[in-house]
Amino acid sequence: MAGTPKAKERTPGAALSRAAVLPEIALSLVVVFGFTTLVLILAGAPPLASYGQIIKGSLGSWSKITHVIKVWIPLTLAASGLLYTFRIGLWNIGVEGQVMMGAILATAVLRMGAGAGNGQLYLSAALLAGMAGGAVWAILAGYLKTRGGVHEIFAGLGLNFVAQGLVLWLIFGPWKQPGIASMSGTETLAESLWMPYLQGLRISPAALGMTLTAIVLTAYMLGSTRFGLYLKAIGSNERAAFLFGLRPQAVMILAMVCAGGFAGLAGGFQVTGVYHRLIPAISSGYGYLALLVVMLANFNVWVTPLVAFFFACLNVGGIQLPMVLQLDSSLSGVIQGTLVIATLAVHALRTRMKKRGTA
Amino acid sequence: MAIELRDIHKHFGRVRANDGIDLRVRPGTIHGILGENGAGKSTLMKVLAGFIPKTGGTILMDGREVDYADPAGASALGIGMLYQDPLDFPTLSVLENFMAGRAAGLGLKADAYREGLRKICAGLGFSLNPDSPAGRLTVGERQQLELARLLAAGTRVLILDEPTTGISALQKETLFSALRTLAADGRSVILVSHKIEDIEALCDEITVLREGRVAGSMGRPFDTRALLGMMFGAEPTVTMRSGHVPGAQVLHLDDVTAPGGRTGLAGCTVSVSRGEVIGLAGLEGSGQDVFLRVASGLIRPSRGRVHISRRDMTGRGYHEFRSLGVAFQPASRLEEGLVRGLTITEHCALQEPGGPFLVRWDSAEREARERIAKFQVVGTPDSPVESLSGGNQQRLLLSFLPGEPELLLLENPTRGLDMESVHWVWEHLDAYASQGTAIVFSSSELDEILMAADRVLVFFDGRIIKDERPEDTDAMDLGRAIAGKV
Amino acid sequence: MQGLDLTILLAGVVAGAAPILLATLGETVTEKAGIINLSLDGTIILSAMAGFVTAVVTGSIVAGFLAAAVVGGAVAAVVAVLGIHLGLSQVAVGFVLTLMTRDLAYFLGSPYARMEGPLAGPVPLPFLSDIPFVGPVLFSHSLPVYFSMVMIGLCWWYLYRTPAGLKLRCVGENPDGAYARGVDPDRVQLIHAVAGGMMVGIAGAAFSLCVKPGWGQPQGCEGSGWIALALVIFGGWHPVKAAAGAYLFAFLQVMSIYLQSWYPGVPAQVFQVAPFPLMIFILVLISLAQRESVLRLAADHPALKSVVRALSGSAPAALGRQKKGE
Repeated sequence: MAGTPKAKERTPGAALSRAAVLPEIALSLVVVFGFTTLVLILAGAPPLASYGQIIKGSLGSWSKITHVIKVWIPLTLAASGLLYTFRIGLWNIGVEGQVMMGAILATAVLRMGAGAGNGQLYLSAALLAGMAGGAVWAILAGYLKTRGGVHEIFAGLGLNFVAQGLVLWLIFGPWKQPGIASMSGTETLAESLWMPYLQGLRISPAALGMTLTAIVLTAYMLGSTRFGLYLKAIGSNERAAFLFGLRPQAVMILAMVCAGGFAGLAGGFQVTGVYHRLIPAISSGYGYLALLVVMLANFNVWVTPLVAFFFACLNVGGIQLPMVLQLDSSLSGVIQGTLVIATLAVHALRTRMKKRGTA
Repeated sequence: MAIELRDIHKHFGRVRANDGIDLRVRPGTIHGILGENGAGKSTLMKVLAGFIPKTGGTILMDGREVDYADPAGASALGIGMLYQDPLDFPTLSVLENFMAGRAAGLGLKADAYREGLRKICAGLGFSLNPDSPAGRLTVGERQQLELARLLAAGTRVLILDEPTTGISALQKETLFSALRTLAADGRSVILVSHKIEDIEALCDEITVLREGRVAGSMGRPFDTRALLGMMFGAEPTVTMRSGHVPGAQVLHLDDVTAPGGRTGLAGCTVSVSRGEVIGLAGLEGSGQDVFLRVASGLIRPSRGRVHISRRDMTGRGYHEFRSLGVAFQPASRLEEGLVRGLTITEHCALQEPGGPFLVRWDSAEREARERIAKFQVVGTPDSPVESLSGGNQQRLLLSFLPGEPELLLLENPTRGLDMESVHWVWEHLDAYASQGTAIVFSSSELDEILMAADRVLVFFDGRIIKDERPEDTDAMDLGRAIAGKV
Repeated sequence: MQGLDLTILLAGVVAGAAPILLATLGETVTEKAGIINLSLDGTIILSAMAGFVTAVVTGSIVAGFLAAAVVGGAVAAVVAVLGIHLGLSQVAVGFVLTLMTRDLAYFLGSPYARMEGPLAGPVPLPFLSDIPFVGPVLFSHSLPVYFSMVMIGLCWWYLYRTPAGLKLRCVGENPDGAYARGVDPDRVQLIHAVAGGMMVGIAGAAFSLCVKPGWGQPQGCEGSGWIALALVIFGGWHPVKAAAGAYLFAFLQVMSIYLQSWYPGVPAQVFQVAPFPLMIFILVLISLAQRESVLRLAADHPALKSVVRALSGSAPAALGRQKKGE
């Protein structure tokens, strides 16, 4: 992060804590492994075989890995957006609904483009519409917070349910498939409206490129710009930042716009690059999962994509469980959640012990 | 009950708040602990009350060594403390506060406690309504409530930390006579204060602390000069400001009524001119806080007009007041003034809102170095502000005041600072006044107001009841006004 | 078109409100002690699963409820211990646990999905249930429903009429003050977080063994934990007002079933989603009612004044914050 106060890297404490991270990670993994094994035994499942399936199902072949990357893209995008809102101290739980709204608006644009010749134009417009959809949903939650006095957790959560209802209504109502409405979603879009794939790999290079850009852009915005500094100042002490002449509420809305825009783009990719239609579970829970990703990455921009990759592996590998072992795929969610809790706890425990050691 | 402290140590990291303190309190006496802010008085008392664990040393009661790890243990031995910031429950009623921590079993038996409270209050001359929420009481009344509770809990060693700050003269009299009664009953009373006249008036014996150690002790009759010497190491020099010549009008409040604080502000009409230094006196929360916030645009008046430099600014926001050269500095440095978690460099970068899109870190760091040097802040550009001491935080805050403001509004600018820092702050502010800036500050120290202000406004219950020049008045006179007697 | 029978409607409200009521009361007690347990939604799902599976395996409904209570208490204990003793953000831990416990429920419960299970049937109270109107509305329910009604009074009595309740409120207002009075705030917070969590657990079992019997993915209780969290705010952290909110919510839910049959043209999703915008709307109202300008306006208008008073209520001052100590 060129340009951030170099101070942080120079202080001896930082170097020390970086070396201390490894045992923390190891201890957290042991806790997670122990807990998950217990859960598996409780479910009457063979633990080692289950872990094996998750690894084989995510990294076992090229096609599995491309599948992981397909999950990684929206997860990383949503997580990048959350870095802005976490920096200013907002719990943007509404990210899930923001992904859905992005998907809805992208679908709307693409449905207009059905039959039209210029697919590329409609694709670009769909992604822009997706960002706008996510941003609008985020602004709504933002205003409910700044103007309505409703905590962003409740506002965002309520809007998530509303967005989910909207998706279902569209699929079973106005956008239903000719003949009979079904849980399988709307009609599949014409192939001219799909994100172009890399030969044989079924990954869109454009989506991959935009995601990588999003990470770099976020690092730059948070580390080098005045906006990033404002986010940090307001997130640390809103009152003092206001007295310093900043306008915390306006900056909060801006942060929500960033988060919503990235989430909406993720929703747009879900439609244009993955499912090619609107399905009831279009967000696949990636919004909620992105919150866990960012927390586990300790709000660090560069660690976020790595954690997102790991979580994507768990998600994709988990799909294997019902097919091979007749286990529910939600095991990956259990592992992810436990990992976040264990890491937070182990880190806090070590900080406590270190403090007691110096006192 | 005789109390003896032997070689008490309390260290916070590298800071030695108590560095080997010995203290003896004879039963049935009132023992004064005198010292400047930061001398280690409160820490020592919190150790004695079991609120914080000691790093080392022993505590003896009636010659027997006692050991306890929390307030519950201290309270079982009969030690109770009235804390400086009242540790009570504002939303709970007076009676509930009185019962809290004592009632046990299944039923509350509120009536028995109500009667107990009534008896104690009657005995000490307090008048408290048991059903009113504690948050509605004045600071003095909250103290009385705490005192009543401690006595009901069987406290035999009573510790009071700065009990005379923020209470009226009448309440002080009531408090002092109550304490004399309690000592006469054989209880030991320890009174902590940095106000020498209070300690002298009440105590049988005084121990002076300085920088975490005992600087000396004295029995009656007291020698004020010697005590001051123990407190400060040397006698403090009092600087008198020469009056500045007032210029054009900067701030004008016309019959302003505004909500906020404990009392709000009612029917306030005041003009402030360039170069004037105005001190706001009064019990804490008598309207000074609201006054400063109305003048800075943080609180909008419900009635009346606010003018800044002859422009009607009624109903405008803080940012517009700022752009006219009004600067406000709150009392709570880490809660409102500085951003915890940000370094000095980052604060400097924050200083120019509306600056370029990219932060220029090198110039911000250069500026941080300059400010650190100019304002004698002990710290580096990379220091997070919360790692600085209170005095250094105050210096840093002062360094963020704009260069040539029209009006400085300062809330308790020297609270919690040692004498040396207070003088440094005032030298700095004096320079502002000399260049024509109007300064309005609040303070709970009458001495400071008399020393620094060209004009004193005394607040009582949300109103200005006195507006006078320091040379026309004195501490006694102001003290009466603060208590509402004009 | 379905007719409207007031007796059946109100009886439905009283029964349908039971789980959310229990969860709201439990969280009210927890938050009064200063702990936020945000994991409610997941806890309810997990304990619904645990209660159902235990009842299926053992054949005992009582065992099912006990298991659910243990699960609810255990999740709350994780939030409390990590918050109190490790200083972690209760919101962060609670949120992660919400997701984690839900997935855990789906994972462990999947073999039992759509299985036939025991059901807590109605136990009309002798004599009382014979009273016209009141009998069928209040006294012809299953035991968990009676339990939920009794808990309203019990929670109120505990909070406001016992020394332990006073202690608990002190800790929630100012843990340092409570500590200075010889109370151990950490212990009080832990105990009441677990107690509140056990009530949330019972709420989960009240879903799967009583109100929405059975287990599946989804079970049907998803989202109710969030509603309960909002109802705590609606109730101004007062158990009786919170209970009123829970009954109001259940009333609206029952009404929506009637409305759905009256207006078949309106898409079903509208009724499924409706509680959540309603929740946001009510939270906006509550926030508005505490604004200075509204309070001033209310002073002159008696009607507005009573609305404002009904909506007001302040959170425990130290909610989510622990004792500072040194």
